[in-house]
Amino acid sequence: MIKLNRVSKVYPDGTKAVDDVSFEVEEGELCVFLGPSGCGKTTTMKMINRLIPITEGEISIDGRKNTELNEDELRRSIGYAIQDIGLFPHMTVKQNIETVPILKHWSKSDRDKRVTELLDLMGLDPGEFLHKYPSELSGGQRQRVGVARSLGADPEILLMDEPFGAIDPINRVRLQDEFLSIQKVLKKTIIFVTHDIYEAIKMGDKIALMDHGQLVQYSTPADLLYQPKNEFVESFVGSDRALKGLQLIKIKDVMSDSLPCVKPEQTAEAAQTEMESKGFDWVAVVDDDNKCLGLVNQTDLASNKTVKEVMGPITATAAVGAVLNDAVSLMLSSGVNDLPVVDLDNRLVGVLSFGTVREALAKIADQGRESK
Amino acid sequence: MDAITAAWQFLIRRPETLVGWTLEHLWMVGIACLIAIILGVPLGIYISGRGKENLADSVLYLAEIAMTVPSLALFGLVMALLSLLNLPSLGFPPAIIALIIYAQLPILRNTYTAIRAVDPPIIEAGRGMGMSEMQLLLKIKLPLAFPVIMAGLRTAIVATVGITAIAAIIGSGGLGVPIRWGLRNARMDLIILGGVSVAILGILVDVLMSRVEKWVTPKGLKKG
Repeated sequence: MIKLNRVSKVYPDGTKAVDDVSFEVEEGELCVFLGPSGCGKTTTMKMINRLIPITEGEISIDGRKNTELNEDELRRSIGYAIQDIGLFPHMTVKQNIETVPILKHWSKSDRDKRVTELLDLMGLDPGEFLHKYPSELSGGQRQRVGVARSLGADPEILLMDEPFGAIDPINRVRLQDEFLSIQKVLKKTIIFVTHDIYEAIKMGDKIALMDHGQLVQYSTPADLLYQPKNEFVESFVGSDRALKGLQLIKIKDVMSDSLPCVKPEQTAEAAQTEMESKGFDWVAVVDDDNKCLGLVNQTDLASNKTVKEVMGPITATAAVGAVLNDAVSLMLSSGVNDLPVVDLDNRLVGVLSFGTVREALAKIADQGRESK
Repeated sequence: MDAITAAWQFLIRRPETLVGWTLEHLWMVGIACLIAIILGVPLGIYISGRGKENLADSVLYLAEIAMTVPSLALFGLVMALLSLLNLPSLGFPPAIIALIIYAQLPILRNTYTAIRAVDPPIIEAGRGMGMSEMQLLLKIKLPLAFPVIMAGLRTAIVATVGITAIAAIIGSGGLGVPIRWGLRNARMDLIILGGVSVAILGILVDVLMSRVEKWVTPKGLKKG
């Protein structure tokens, strides 16, 4: 647990970068420091590992003041990741990742094992990447190495300063997803600095929204969206908060499991009956293992044929692990009212429709209001 | 043409004399540069540290002034200073001292700039992971600064090869000796012999140093 108690940072020229900030980050939680540039979020983060000395107040980690330890020892016990430019260009991927283990005098065999483990975890093939230099990697790969390096000596706490900042939007989303699934397993206590509210809502268990050095609101992403404390929060969140809220809801939590599906050898008539009984204008074709083979539309129907003969390809599906805004955007762009939801093996697991999306959003907003 | 023929004949008749001058020349360059490196690199590293910006400004300013003094005048100044201190003011000692002063600026300046030019986020990443200031210097700053420091050494050494020829005027040895004799006795052949040898030596040293520079550049920093 990280506890900030009335922390301030005042520079010699009198500027107050951080002004009397107090809050706690629970163990295993990912806490996002969010705010416009110059709001003090990075300064606050850097006071935790004492890259920036604290002026007033105190920060404690698991009940111990962070000034008790020697500052190098303190930093070695806390993972630190910044944008990809922070990789050491004259060192290989392996040498970069084992930086902290070397500082902590790990044995060579322990280090080798750890580096391989981390590369596997980040989805980078050790055989290929161990001895590459940062200049030989793509942006996404560098970012992954940066995260692997911060996990080098298996710290309990990670500080991440816009770790996915210098990367294109597509790879960014992928890295965020990967990192979230890794975090689910690792359960580290993480401070994650960003200025991007979408990223904050997606990544954070809690969000600390800062402005002018002050902590404006510290709450869950849902409360930040639906329970803004003041006008600043409201304007920072933006008038499209309902759309942003879509990020908070996982498809698998709201999808309906009343699936319109038929087997390929059934008749077209049977498909029509299935559609009408479930109330959709399409029906999915699945094999015995429930894997999606194709789709039959109302317009495809012709009696006395089998489903196999009339089915067309499935054009749009939602991944069960994704969040609502991906699916809704797909529904809008492909012009459908209902989207089949599939798992990683392309098995049909549910259906998402606009109706369910609306209900889910209303529920989240209500929860926010009730908790006030 | 006659002078060139005469220079050639001198070279054929007395190659050992030319070799002797060349070795002496190289020895002077070597000693002067070695001392300049021993002084300049650590000083450059020292003034590149945090909070030493003012010191760095004054040191670099002084070195730059020393560099603007014409070499001949610098030799004279060093001689004057040594005789004031009752030390031998002719021959090798003043020559070596002046050469050290001359070689100082490129070494000092390149070491300083190279270390200051290391990308701040890289240094911060190292510090954030718990490297001490010494570890930062040895593991991050110096390896990354190495190519630029080497470029400074190269400039210093090549320049010293040239200036050492002038040092013969105050009675030291080297390839400046035939040039001085030639000037004094109107022997064009000796002037050519000395001048051409210094030029060739300078080019050879430059080529050699560029090889060394490539060789010591950390692998991840090489292009292509």
